[in-house]
Amino acid sequence: MIIHHPILGPRDAQEFVYLGDASLIDRPDGMTAGVEAFHDYTYNRDNPAGLHRELWYHEQGDRSWLVVTRNTVTHEILRVELARDVARAKGRSK
Amino acid sequence: MSQSHRIEGGQIDRAKTVRFTFDGLPYQGFTGDTLASALLANGVRLMGRSFKYHRPRGVLSAGSEEPNALVELRSGGRQEPNTRATVVELFEGLEANSQNRWPSLRFDAMGINDTLSTFFAAGFYYKTFMWPKSFWEKLYEPIIRRAAGLGSVSREEDPDEYDKGFLHCDLLVIGAGPAGLMAALTAGRAGKRVILADEDFAFGGRLNAETFAVGQSSGADWAAATVAELASMPNVRLMARTTVLGAFDHGIYSAVERVSDHLAVPLAGKPRQVLWRIYSQRAILCGGATERPIAFENNDRPGIMLAGSLRAYANRWGVKAGERVAVFTNNDGGLRTATDLQARGVDVVAVIDSREGGELLPGIRHLRGAEVIDTSGRLGLKSVTVRQANGRTEEVRVDALGVSGGWNPNVNIHSHQRARPVWDASIAAFVPGADGPAGLTVAGAAAGVFSTHGALRTGLDAAVSALGLTGAAELPEAEDAPVRITPLWHVAHGKGRAWIDQQNDVTVKDIKLAQQENFTSVEHMKRYTTLGMATDQGKTGNVIGLAIMAELTGRSIPETGTTMYRPPYTPVAMGALAGRSRGREFKPFRLTPSHHWAVEQGATFVEVGNWLRTQWVPKAGETEWRQSVDREVLATRKSVGICDVTTLGKIDIQGTDAGAFLDRVYANTFSTLAVGKCRYGLMLREDGIVFDDGTTARMGEHEYVMTTTTANAVTVFRHLEFCRQCLWPDMDVQLISTTEAWAQFSVAGPNARRLLEKVVDQNISDAAFPYMGAGNITVGGLRARLFRISFSGELAYEIAVPTRYGDALLREMLAKGAEFEPIVYGTEALGVMRIEKGHVAGGELNGQSTALNMGLGKMVSKKKDSIGMVLSHREGLVGENGYRLVGVKPVDPKGKLVAGSHFLETGAAPVMENDGGWLTSKVYSPHIGSDIALGYLKGGDRKIGQRMRAVNLLSGLDTEVEIVSPHFFDPEGERLRG
Repeated sequence: MIIHHPILGPRDAQEFVYLGDASLIDRPDGMTAGVEAFHDYTYNRDNPAGLHRELWYHEQGDRSWLVVTRNTVTHEILRVELARDVARAKGRSK
Repeated sequence: MSQSHRIEGGQIDRAKTVRFTFDGLPYQGFTGDTLASALLANGVRLMGRSFKYHRPRGVLSAGSEEPNALVELRSGGRQEPNTRATVVELFEGLEANSQNRWPSLRFDAMGINDTLSTFFAAGFYYKTFMWPKSFWEKLYEPIIRRAAGLGSVSREEDPDEYDKGFLHCDLLVIGAGPAGLMAALTAGRAGKRVILADEDFAFGGRLNAETFAVGQSSGADWAAATVAELASMPNVRLMARTTVLGAFDHGIYSAVERVSDHLAVPLAGKPRQVLWRIYSQRAILCGGATERPIAFENNDRPGIMLAGSLRAYANRWGVKAGERVAVFTNNDGGLRTATDLQARGVDVVAVIDSREGGELLPGIRHLRGAEVIDTSGRLGLKSVTVRQANGRTEEVRVDALGVSGGWNPNVNIHSHQRARPVWDASIAAFVPGADGPAGLTVAGAAAGVFSTHGALRTGLDAAVSALGLTGAAELPEAEDAPVRITPLWHVAHGKGRAWIDQQNDVTVKDIKLAQQENFTSVEHMKRYTTLGMATDQGKTGNVIGLAIMAELTGRSIPETGTTMYRPPYTPVAMGALAGRSRGREFKPFRLTPSHHWAVEQGATFVEVGNWLRTQWVPKAGETEWRQSVDREVLATRKSVGICDVTTLGKIDIQGTDAGAFLDRVYANTFSTLAVGKCRYGLMLREDGIVFDDGTTARMGEHEYVMTTTTANAVTVFRHLEFCRQCLWPDMDVQLISTTEAWAQFSVAGPNARRLLEKVVDQNISDAAFPYMGAGNITVGGLRARLFRISFSGELAYEIAVPTRYGDALLREMLAKGAEFEPIVYGTEALGVMRIEKGHVAGGELNGQSTALNMGLGKMVSKKKDSIGMVLSHREGLVGENGYRLVGVKPVDPKGKLVAGSHFLETGAAPVMENDGGWLTSKVYSPHIGSDIALGYLKGGDRKIGQRMRAVNLLSGLDTEVEIVSPHFFDPEGERLRG
């Protein structure tokens, strides 16, 4: 596969490490959320046959974490974003 | 018998004789021959034995689809089994041997399997070798494997090199027949970067095997002229002997180039094969088509081959496969074999044409509505039995028979990403369907367009549309004959066996049995009968098998469907897949800065991940490892020892939020750490399990240095980047891995400070550099770092210098501190001392244990949010009777312990219900004078002082032990603060 890195352009997927569902960005606040919320965050994932937003890490590159929107059936990649931008757009800060 | 079957013509170089051997006998061929064509030229029809029944077999085809003529090439380290004789390019001195026969190809003892064939039908193994279960591994499987072997390997190391490479182009053209050549020519003339790859050593595809004209010249001459023009273009890369193996996501194709297989020995500096990864947004599959046989009784005798191959041997290689030849066909293509061979002076005895009515070939005995119903000739065809339209049967004496059941487009690569081929009744074959790999189009016979004109036209059109060209090359004139075929899959007659998949010995009967036993879906049929599961992947047999299943079940062929195609297109040598990653290069060592010094001392090394670390450093006279390790421990505790700890991960963390960031990623607090101090940190995973541990120092207001375990250096760094970018994107914090940048040594023991004072430039007295102090220093003016931390329980420091000075620093410390008799200790002594001190490491940081398990529960701060904090407190991880880290000593100092032993109460039976936990790490402690261990014991914190048993049934050990504090050595920590 080829991943179009927002900064570095087309890169071979071999340069990346795959983590999984981009919902891992949505970490609850440990001081307010309880065990249930963390249990859901840590263990529960959707496993769609179709569009999937997932985290890839450019380990053999610039160490960017990316959110890749990929069709799990065809492997077509529709969108690649910097995870940092996605996290900010979701309201994450410090 | 020298080339008795050679006839005029062909594209071989008769001036260049090539000598080779087959089963030890010497033969001659010509440059341009394949092993198969040269053997046929010498009248050799018997080339192998079949997989299951050991039936005598000859060559079926003239290409990579060959199921029968599998041979072993070369000898020694270069021996290669299961090579298709049809694609082996002849070279001087080639050694080839038949396989799967004993004692000889003509008399094969395992041929008895053929007589016993009734017992060996599909599903035989599943049904027969079931009981008793224990017989499978020891008896049945070895016997079956020996009987049903393919080739053998020499078990010597392959002396040749294999490489991997990467290529980029605008257009990849797969196959260099008329369609591929036309596509490449069109794109090449337009200035596009083109790669044209073909598995053959000669470009031209069927143009070399047919007698068609293209424009004013013969097809072969047109191909040669086109190749010459392409070769003159700098933007075109011609790759002969290159098989495109698969189409992968996003325009990535893999291909194997057989650089040196046609040579006795690779040229100096050249690899045997190269596995290429080709990146191309546009590709055209021009892979041609593969002829399929018709199933009839005893259709597998040497001398029976595909009709198109029979004429390929005549037209391209100047070889007649027999003296008296017949053709059995259900389509017009087969007729060309008869006319081509007759034109070359071969005696064509009969054309058995299964189609009723229609025109008859002039000057040839052309039987319409006739079928071949049986054959004779065990080691080579002697005659065929023909049933004519009027029902009369006749035995026709022939020694070669060409069979054509039609042609299957080579859709494989188009289907590599799940695209289903669709049935085209007009040619009675599957053609590429929709939804192929993005950017891949298909042209020529691979698309079901079988005429030469059609191939040229679709090749040109495909290149024009793939690249959006405006002008295009001129299309040369060529034949445009229609496909005329009346499907015939198998001849209904008698009870004998009619072969479908010759390599796996699958017959029409096996398909019928599969149907009777309800394995009617193609996927079930395939696995039940093993149809198409041999090394040829059923290139000639699959479609016949499913067509027969369709007949038996009353479904249409499209309803029956087809199995999927996956890479690779043809078998690939393991060496090509491995490339340079073999031997030590598969997993190169990372060497520590003290490595060369340790080698000089004759040290013993141990692999730790990719690192090679010093395990112990023996002194003269030490014959047993424990002598060295005990000495290293005692010497360190008595005076001073040095250990290379460079392998620990090191991460520089800087930024105004660095402290806050560490508070989030560590369970304990770091923002309050004073500048110039360090602290032990415990890092959890989000599920509350301990991830890693290490010491982190605050080097400045906004600068920390983290250490990780050797094993987790990479994953911790990756995790920190995740936290920084995905969880807290606005934190001002930057990370860089400096594991390789610093050589770091632990200097431990009562004389550690005195030794270091001799090499560092600063005052490092206890007052100036107290316990858990950290700072930037200099060593003879060189920048360095010093941390007063201890893993051994001794007064200890870790000193770091830029990596290239590591070796020099070690030698300097040993030289300047000689009066303290310093020793260098390895990982074994390191392990002894950390266990004596009760520090957790590999055995305890096992990915299943919590801080509470380790006795470090209080380190998990609830006053702040950190990764894993919430779930580490969940029910199930905090029970009072959970595992707790304990120390273990045998009651009798001579008692033996072994890691992995289980805790049992005195008198309890060694069963799971009584299991109390296990020993995680064990060493012999010269300090205690006995084996000691750490372990996880249920409710262990409440069992200190109790006696239990450490039981290991595998080692036969049942040792009475005392549960003690894990801190065996200096529990008050007075020494490390000294």
